[in-house]
Amino acid sequence: MIRIDNLVKTFAAKRAVDGVSFAVERGEVLGFLGPNGAGKSTTMRMITGFIPPSSGRVSVGGHDVAEAPLRAKRLIGYLPEAAPSYPDMTVHGFLSFAAELRGLDGHARKNAVHRAVERCFLSSVLHQSIDTLSKGYKHRTCLAQALIHDPEVLILDEPTDGLDPNQKHEVRNLIRELGRTKAVVFSTHILEEVDAACTRAIIIDRGRIVANGTPAELKAMSATAGAVMLHAQGASAEKLAALGKVEALDRAFRVYPRDKGAAGDLARAVAELAGREGWKLEMLRTEEGQLDEVFRRITLPDTVNKK
Amino acid sequence: MNSALHAIRTIAKRELVSYFTSPVAYVFLVIFLLLTGFLTFTAGSFFERGEASLSAFFAWHPWVYLVLVPAVGMRLWAEERRAGTLELLLTMPITAWQAILGKFLACWLFLAIALALTFPVAITANVLGEPDNGAIFAGYLGSLFLAGAYLAITCMTSAMTRNQVIAFILSVVICLFLILAGFSPVTDLMVRWASPALVDTVAAFSVVAHFEGFQKGVIDTRDLIFFLSVIGFSLFATGVVLRSR
Ligand SMILES: Nc1ncnc2c1ncn2[C@@H]1O[C@H](COP(=O)(O)OP(=O)(O)OP(=O)(O)O)[C@@H](O)[C@H]1O
Ligand SMILES: [Mg+2]
Repeated sequence: MIRIDNLVKTFAAKRAVDGVSFAVERGEVLGFLGPNGAGKSTTMRMITGFIPPSSGRVSVGGHDVAEAPLRAKRLIGYLPEAAPSYPDMTVHGFLSFAAELRGLDGHARKNAVHRAVERCFLSSVLHQSIDTLSKGYKHRTCLAQALIHDPEVLILDEPTDGLDPNQKHEVRNLIRELGRTKAVVFSTHILEEVDAACTRAIIIDRGRIVANGTPAELKAMSATAGAVMLHAQGASAEKLAALGKVEALDRAFRVYPRDKGAAGDLARAVAELAGREGWKLEMLRTEEGQLDEVFRRITLPDTVNKK
Repeated sequence: MNSALHAIRTIAKRELVSYFTSPVAYVFLVIFLLLTGFLTFTAGSFFERGEASLSAFFAWHPWVYLVLVPAVGMRLWAEERRAGTLELLLTMPITAWQAILGKFLACWLFLAIALALTFPVAITANVLGEPDNGAIFAGYLGSLFLAGAYLAITCMTSAMTRNQVIAFILSVVICLFLILAGFSPVTDLMVRWASPALVDTVAAFSVVAHFEGFQKGVIDTRDLIFFLSVIGFSLFATGVVLRSR
């Protein structure tokens, strides 16, 4: 549904987006990660046709955004980063306006507004003026606007920003549900959301894609992925060293496998060793790896070097 | 075509409704009516002239609009930029032209409403004497185009910045130039150093000169074309500015 080819955006002398290519199909939820200023919002603005790329192509649903902008835009629902809306309008007025611009009339418009209001839990503030809403409600109003025409492609720039934990949870569920039938791209700084909602994630740093894979694949890039955590009375590092490299933690040990592919074997071997030695096991776990560790390792050296 | 009109109407409706939900519209209407009333009846000595025409009324319009039209129009795009709603608007399935036209027409319609509310002046003239109502109509038409030209210029300056004050000042400066271009103290000054061709070219941009015909009851196509080209050019420039992101 979304196809991006070698996208570049240059602001003055600065390359905000530097040769980004990816594709998102129907049924996929793509998480867009990266440090501040990495170029996430800029990329999304180019997908939605708000800013023209310096070079490269974007097509949405087979329509080139530069050549057939209206056809492409019709397919897209977009939540901009700042979640803008018209403060002098009521929530209902604003959503009706958005529906009207999307070409919905009469019954269709009424139904569309009703559905978007339900989905974003806005019924309690429906006739309130937007400038009197709290930040989270303003954000949800703009999200509702993006969903109003039940678009096939959703571009959401930090959709859970400013929401309370319950609403964050609801929005993640909503994204996952929408992702079954649509192509969704959303950016976030909350790494748990990758696990909670994405089928695939891209990490972008200084305008370039530095990692691209399923959440599990990304986590497997972590140094601790596949290692076995052991917490047991009587355990000793010397004995464990026979199985792999051992790291002594606070009260536990972490054993790194010699060969990453055989993670399950290592856990079994550690359990057998504990049994032989008569250690009293309190906890034994194979680590999946941690996204935040991967994220930091991939993006931090660059940020540090830049300074 | 149909969907283009639909989009323009949708944008215009929202814009117009937003004027009337804020006090700004009413404040503007009151100031406009008081100011034109004061200038016409006091400073313009409407009664003392002893002629049944609205020339004392229309003669002030280029100056009244000079401040009031930029004041109404300065928020048109600057506010959309500041609030970020520009991003929303331009990612909707509408073209930039439709948005520009919709917003412009809404604001122009609002100015037309303000102008229409000055009808008591025309009635007064009719009660006191027998004015040429054709000339009054032409004067109103000319005034509407004058307001439209100023408004289109304000549209353009408003698109350039997210700061309404800058948009206001820029448009006042440009509109002032269009008034002064044909103002005799200015043209006299220019004759000393500029070639006659240049003086004529500059004077051709004078809104006052093009507005004068209307006040006399003459609807000259050249004057109409002048105002329409100022509007057309400014709205075109608005589009260019909005696209250059
Ligand atoms: N209009 C602009 N003019 C100049 N530079 C810009 C403009 N918009 C963005 N940039 C620059 O482009 C880079 C990428 O910005 P972008 O907003 O895409 O980052 P981001 O990944 O969304 O960051 P964040 O996580 O903070 O939202 C930044 O360095 C920013 O300063
Ligand atoms: Mg951003």
